[in-house]
Amino acid sequence: MLEVSEIVKSFGMTRVILGVSFTIEPGEIVSLVGPNGAGKTTLINLISGHLFPDSGRIALSGKDITSASPYRRIKRGIVRNFQVTQLFEELTVLDNVRNCIFSRNGQLRRFLRPADSYKEATGEAMEILELFNLAQFRDETGGGLSEGDKKVLDTAMAFALKSQFLLLDEPTSGVATADKFKVMDIIIDAIKDTGTATLIIEHDMDIVRDYTQRVMVLNQGLILANGTPDDVMSDKEVQETLFGVSNQDAS
Amino acid sequence: MRYCGLLSFGHGAYFATGAYSVGLLCMYFPEHFSFELAIAAALASSFVVSALFGFLCVRNTRIFFSILSLALSMLIFAILYKAYYYTGGSDGIRIAIPTFFGHEFEGMRRIHFLLGPYYYILLGGFVISVLLMLAIVNSPLGKALQATRDSELRAEMIGIRVRRYRWYGFVISGIFTGLAGALWSFVNGHITPEISDWVFSGEIVYMVLLGGFMVFEGPIVGALLFTYLKLYAITVTEYWMLIIGGTLVFLVLLLPGGVTGGIQSLYRLLIRGSPELRNSSEG
Repeated sequence: MLEVSEIVKSFGMTRVILGVSFTIEPGEIVSLVGPNGAGKTTLINLISGHLFPDSGRIALSGKDITSASPYRRIKRGIVRNFQVTQLFEELTVLDNVRNCIFSRNGQLRRFLRPADSYKEATGEAMEILELFNLAQFRDETGGGLSEGDKKVLDTAMAFALKSQFLLLDEPTSGVATADKFKVMDIIIDAIKDTGTATLIIEHDMDIVRDYTQRVMVLNQGLILANGTPDDVMSDKEVQETLFGVSNQDAS
Repeated sequence: MRYCGLLSFGHGAYFATGAYSVGLLCMYFPEHFSFELAIAAALASSFVVSALFGFLCVRNTRIFFSILSLALSMLIFAILYKAYYYTGGSDGIRIAIPTFFGHEFEGMRRIHFLLGPYYYILLGGFVISVLLMLAIVNSPLGKALQATRDSELRAEMIGIRVRRYRWYGFVISGIFTGLAGALWSFVNGHITPEISDWVFSGEIVYMVLLGGFMVFEGPIVGALLFTYLKLYAITVTEYWMLIIGGTLVFLVLLLPGGVTGGIQSLYRLLIRGSPELRNSSEG
């Protein structure tokens, strides 16, 4: 269980997060929505350890991780992806995923034996690639994939670390609209199988409604609403924040 | 270091460390001067020096890394040059013909030693090094090093401690360079501080650029080509530096992937004829 309590973060004079609290239960899939500049990515950075809060507390399974480094948090089981895909562009797709598995198993320091001879890690990497529909690209370089596939690979790499808690920053941005649901199907199926708790930043309300059990709306550094997608979407204030007043009738 | 995505301008330092380990051993313990002991000393000392320098250098990236590695190698140069009493200063050290696993080459002239047994020792050393490097490149460690090059951010995020792995890469590279220095010292028979100079480090960088740094075999091809090019240029004109410099400009502008990179993109062009690759090899 991830507990975030009363965290505050300012950049100089700009106050970005003004006391946010929430909890995420094991196995829960929660989405985080909000207008641009609401502080969504900052919140992710605070949870992953790339930023530290000015005050407040973050705990994972009851253990305080407020001041733990990103590396420590990964070892504890908090893994994230990035809004702008970060792949090992000159390594093959297989190596991209297999590196994650080597890292998880603590085998990265091994040398002399070729990586291909690690049958178990290679097999697991292939399973993950198949799960994410990337198996046919195993020998392509990461940089050679289409934008959509890159995005899927990015999520597959976060997934390969088998974390307790997954932070996905816009996993479908840059994916063609027609493919968005297909990509989300793949991601959500994989996550549900392992029961990983997940926080997803997402702009597309249809995806939020279809794929997540709970939605949190962040606006100007505060949580405006927190509940099931249907409840939250019917809230008048949320509609005004997310869609603007003029669209109120349309939704 | 190419697999870490960092450019070192100070590899002369580890070359010199290897060579001077041999030299100092020859100077102070002539009775124990055997090939295997000299190589062991060279490996150990280049490990220590590259671990120390690497520890400082990996704190920086890109140009800062290059400059710091250059500065530290000039430190080695200064020590070798100024410590006349211990290292012979600019006079350098003469290297005797070593024993090889108890076998003595007494009475053999250096030229015969080099053309005969040492040629095979060198060839063996080269083959072993290449195989070892190839193994490392394809191992999990090698993949991790390449990962830190491609995306530092992502590497951190999958639990690779980027600085530490850069350090490993630096030390591995330093040890191989030290080995090269030691093997070379027997060939030349005389070592001077100039090998730790930045000019020498620059030559290493040039070899890598010439051969191409995106292909494993690139630096090997580059080293061969460079040696022939330099010999040829020196015999043709006293302005041989001009030829070397000219080819460098040509390389940087027209063949950024070096000779092997050029061959590779030409090969791809012929196989696939993809216009995208044509653009990238021209641009």
